[in-house]
Amino acid sequence: MSLDKDTVKNIAYLARIRVGDDKLGPLAGELSTIMGWIEQLQELNTDGVEPMASVAAMSLPQRRDVVTDGNCRDAVLKNAPDAEDGFFAVPKVVE
Amino acid sequence: MSYVIKGETGDWEVVIGLEVHCQVISNAKLFSGAATDFGSEPNTQVSLVDAAMPGMLPVINEQCVRQAIKTGLGLKAKINTKSVFARKNYFYADLPQGYQISQADQPIVGEGTVILDMPDGSSRAVGIERLHLEQDAGKSLHDQDPTRTFIDLNRTGVALMEIVSKPDMRSPEEAGAYLRKLRSIVRYLETCDGNMDQGSMRCDVNVSVRPKGSTELRTRAETKNVNSVRFAMQAIEYEAQRQVEIYDNGGEVVQETRLFDSQKGVTRSMRSKEHAHDYRYFPDPDLLPLVFDDALVAEIKTTLPELPDERKARYVGEFGLSPYDAGVLVQEKDTATYFEAVALGRDAKMAANWVINNLFAVLSDRGVGITESPISAADLGKLLDLIADDTISTKIAKEVFEVMLETGDAPDKIVEDKGLKQITDTGAIEAAVDAAIAAGPTQVAQYKGGNEKILGWFVGQVMKSTGGKANPGQVNKLLKDKLDN
Repeated sequence: MSLDKDTVKNIAYLARIRVGDDKLGPLAGELSTIMGWIEQLQELNTDGVEPMASVAAMSLPQRRDVVTDGNCRDAVLKNAPDAEDGFFAVPKVVE
Repeated sequence: MSYVIKGETGDWEVVIGLEVHCQVISNAKLFSGAATDFGSEPNTQVSLVDAAMPGMLPVINEQCVRQAIKTGLGLKAKINTKSVFARKNYFYADLPQGYQISQADQPIVGEGTVILDMPDGSSRAVGIERLHLEQDAGKSLHDQDPTRTFIDLNRTGVALMEIVSKPDMRSPEEAGAYLRKLRSIVRYLETCDGNMDQGSMRCDVNVSVRPKGSTELRTRAETKNVNSVRFAMQAIEYEAQRQVEIYDNGGEVVQETRLFDSQKGVTRSMRSKEHAHDYRYFPDPDLLPLVFDDALVAEIKTTLPELPDERKARYVGEFGLSPYDAGVLVQEKDTATYFEAVALGRDAKMAANWVINNLFAVLSDRGVGITESPISAADLGKLLDLIADDTISTKIAKEVFEVMLETGDAPDKIVEDKGLKQITDTGAIEAAVDAAIAAGPTQVAQYKGGNEKILGWFVGQVMKSTGGKANPGQVNKLLKDKLDN
């Protein structure tokens, strides 16, 4: 499977990564090579093989339903470019 | 009573599926230890996990898992003992992670059923496609500042159950009944408070139309975040009409996300969401699959309360109530509790009539719920006792009921104070009957001439002279005895 420039442009948009028009061609080539490797992997017969979620033989750890965190507004807002009255402030999102 | 939209080219039917987001009742969030309380100061219930600081890792809250299983059981659904969390990727200012942790092809709950109670007393089954766990997003405030949007992340990461129905509904009424029933079920289960006005239950409405009699599924439009049952019904009505008009004009409906404008009662296209459908789901590498055993499901099953359907069946079977009355009484758990307190040890049908016909009217006039009822269940029960033991007639009971509303006094006290006790003394009634007969020779002649309806005139006279306190049964019997001889 090979990716064309428009597909790469759309993927970049969805990921909010700025890619110049001159980079789209080379990037399409690189990504197509990666897709090629995945196609190779897909040639293997995996019928009846459970998808592996992790190499560690453990189950999902769970937490008790107790409030142990929060109340750290200053820390949360510290890196915000703009904040007011305890809110994050961002450029107007118009619907 | 099928719902048909008249188009220029023929009759159309509407196909509706609903996605309902229910905020899970839990102390802490789905993947962090921050609190979930509604209405706190902005950004005070935010942990570094919720704010998506680098290096933070999600750890699942066991209570949220239990609540999802419990809800699944309440929906008579298949519980999947293995499910997988996936990332749903999109950018929005109130989603700091840049993705929502959700479940895609392996949800925690599979197919189930919800039974709708229709206003005509009939029932109808609607299929549940799935229920999955996911994170809620933060809140955006657009109206605080002319150039900026303010973001509060308190809601970010609170657990949601997204409950997806099958496209089984065929009218706005059915969609309304579905929402009310779902709300009733989660409230009975205490897994979600069901308050649509506070946003703890929100609804996305999927609508398509097709020619009546056809079985195809045409392109649907999705109206997002509708926050009341009435609005959902309005949105469906509007969408169905809009789509029929498009087909009638030779056009095609496009699959898109729309907004409901509750001021105008219309839906509008949300162009900003054009790219949003490409969510690029993939399994969240921070989370292993969620696995539990059947024993946990069995244990949670033992904690299930009596649900509205079972309670309704009991009211019909044990108490002899009509399916409609039973459905009305069980919809809200508090109403059912109140009714049962009134009905306990008494005539349940009579209790149902008083609650539905008399009390509900008062509650709706005053705009209060059953928990703020001006008359307690114990006092209403006492009033029924006074009718049952012939202390007062049903007619007088209605007067006493009005006084109870005004004064809050107990019914026996009111009957005593106002001297409303029914006259059951045969001698006293007989005297009044004799007086009535003596006063109406013309009416006596009419009665003897075969006009039995005139009996009502005599009853009226007796009631008038006794202040409505004569026992009606005795009055009737005595009148007939005397007039027939």
